[in-house]
Amino acid sequence: MSVGKPNATVYGLLLAFVLGSAFPFYWSFVVASRDSATVSQRVPPLLPGGNFFANAAKVFDSVPFWKALGNSMIVAGTVTVSTVLLSTLAGFAFAKLRFRGRGVLFVAVVATLAVPTQLGIVPLYMLMAEFGWANSLEAVIVPNLVTALGVFWMRQYISEAVPFELIEAARMDGCSLIRTFWHVCLPAVRPAAAFLGMFTFMTSWNDFLWPLVALDAGNPTIQVALEKLQSGFYIDYSLVLAGTTMATVPVLLIFVLLGRQIVAGIMQGAVKG
Amino acid sequence: MRDRLGEWDLRFSPYLYIAPFFLIFGLTGLFPLLYTAYVALFDWELGGAEPTFVGLDNFTTLLADEQFWTTLTNTISIFLLSSGPQLVIAVLLAALLNTRVRPATGWRVGVLLPYAASLVAIGIIFANLFGRDFGLVNTLLEVFGLDRIDWQANRFASHLAIAFMVNWRWTGYNALIVLAAMQAIPKDVYEAAVVDGAGAVRRFFSITLPLLRPTLIFMVITSTIGGLQIFTEPKLFDTRPGSNNGGSSNQFQTITLYLYQSAFENQNFGYASAIAWVLFLVIIIFAGINFLLTRRLAGVGR
Repeated sequence: MSVGKPNATVYGLLLAFVLGSAFPFYWSFVVASRDSATVSQRVPPLLPGGNFFANAAKVFDSVPFWKALGNSMIVAGTVTVSTVLLSTLAGFAFAKLRFRGRGVLFVAVVATLAVPTQLGIVPLYMLMAEFGWANSLEAVIVPNLVTALGVFWMRQYISEAVPFELIEAARMDGCSLIRTFWHVCLPAVRPAAAFLGMFTFMTSWNDFLWPLVALDAGNPTIQVALEKLQSGFYIDYSLVLAGTTMATVPVLLIFVLLGRQIVAGIMQGAVKG
Repeated sequence: MRDRLGEWDLRFSPYLYIAPFFLIFGLTGLFPLLYTAYVALFDWELGGAEPTFVGLDNFTTLLADEQFWTTLTNTISIFLLSSGPQLVIAVLLAALLNTRVRPATGWRVGVLLPYAASLVAIGIIFANLFGRDFGLVNTLLEVFGLDRIDWQANRFASHLAIAFMVNWRWTGYNALIVLAAMQAIPKDVYEAAVVDGAGAVRRFFSITLPLLRPTLIFMVITSTIGGLQIFTEPKLFDTRPGSNNGGSSNQFQTITLYLYQSAFENQNFGYASAIAWVLFLVIIIFAGINFLLTRRLAGVGR
């Protein structure tokens, strides 16, 4: 339910907020498209210059940018596909199948939401070294193959979106459970799966602490590469911000193209009174 | 035969479907967390000698460690500076979005924009904006006839700048969550209040806020867990890039940053694990306090 008619003040405040949200992106592009000397002027430039590609070229010389971009694509892609599939599978079981301990096990899943897994990075690092995964992408992929949030989200959606009758009908026709999942459940949950996918991709793409621990400078994800970009004695901000601009473009693109769905997904998944 | 297979399928397949979650979480979530408690009891150096059992030594050292107390204070200070304003602005922003603005989705997407940014990119951009000599913020301050602020060197100013980063990123996201809850409030409740002669402010405090309570509690808890673990922003805010010190005198080093430094710079795994457990306790305590507080506050007017 919407309340009241918006007046000019409402639009003015919203516009101010959105401009404030967009400004840092714009500013980083302004700096990225100039040379480092113009940035240190007393009166800073407010319009983009023509140096973006020159700065971008320097980024490629300073860090393994393409490798980092590729790594991030592999990590975020794998994590996304796996999280969506495994969360939907588990959500399907919790929502529609009867088995002993279902209630307790589901409570366990929800409880793990409150566990800050970040705090276990030291043993996790040791574990990954033990597996021989130190500095390889497995170390970043495996811990994120499926998440409690994903399982919870898909269970809620499947409970409402997939009627029992449909599953019964498939079973009558002699479908095994896994075929029922594949042919009945999966097609029905596409909107929720799409949102979970976008959300997971963005989270994974932007993850920093764990990749920083698990990977070294020669084999980074894009976020780790960005941090290395500014780890010299002298920071060339034009160069660094050209890097951040390039690394932000893929996510911004996803966001602009799919923003409506992302917003709808957040609104749907929010805790309601 | 076919029936037997079908029955097995029904009985055991569900466990197979939920197994991946429990396997992955057990291995990479729960086990490390518990193992942290074990490692914390040792003098455990990466690549050093065999770990030696030291009991609670790491914890007693930690409690006497001035740097630890500095980082704890910093973390709480940044957390308070970020979560408080963030919540208030998010609720107000949601109220704005809850009017019949056109296009509704357009504004919502615009408000959510910062959420798409990478923390690292944002950290670098804001460190630039808040730079002492050439930062845009200081230039603006000068234009308005104010003094430049050394955002990195001054302790409180650095907390303020870092909190600003956090708020910039999360306020819109939280506003959408609040908005969803606002839209679930039935219209007739408001109509009844109007009939009873309640003004807009009264309606907000007596109807909207109490009905938002579950959402506010959820937001406060998640922002507590996230906020107390803050790492990326302070790490990137340092003028000495790559440093884990959180400024020359640790003025904006947070607990997670100290944990990272202890483990991966000083290679002292035992000490880092002790920090992790103390941070875990701090998070639990704060989540508890905030839970009670939010319940009380949002209950005003009932």
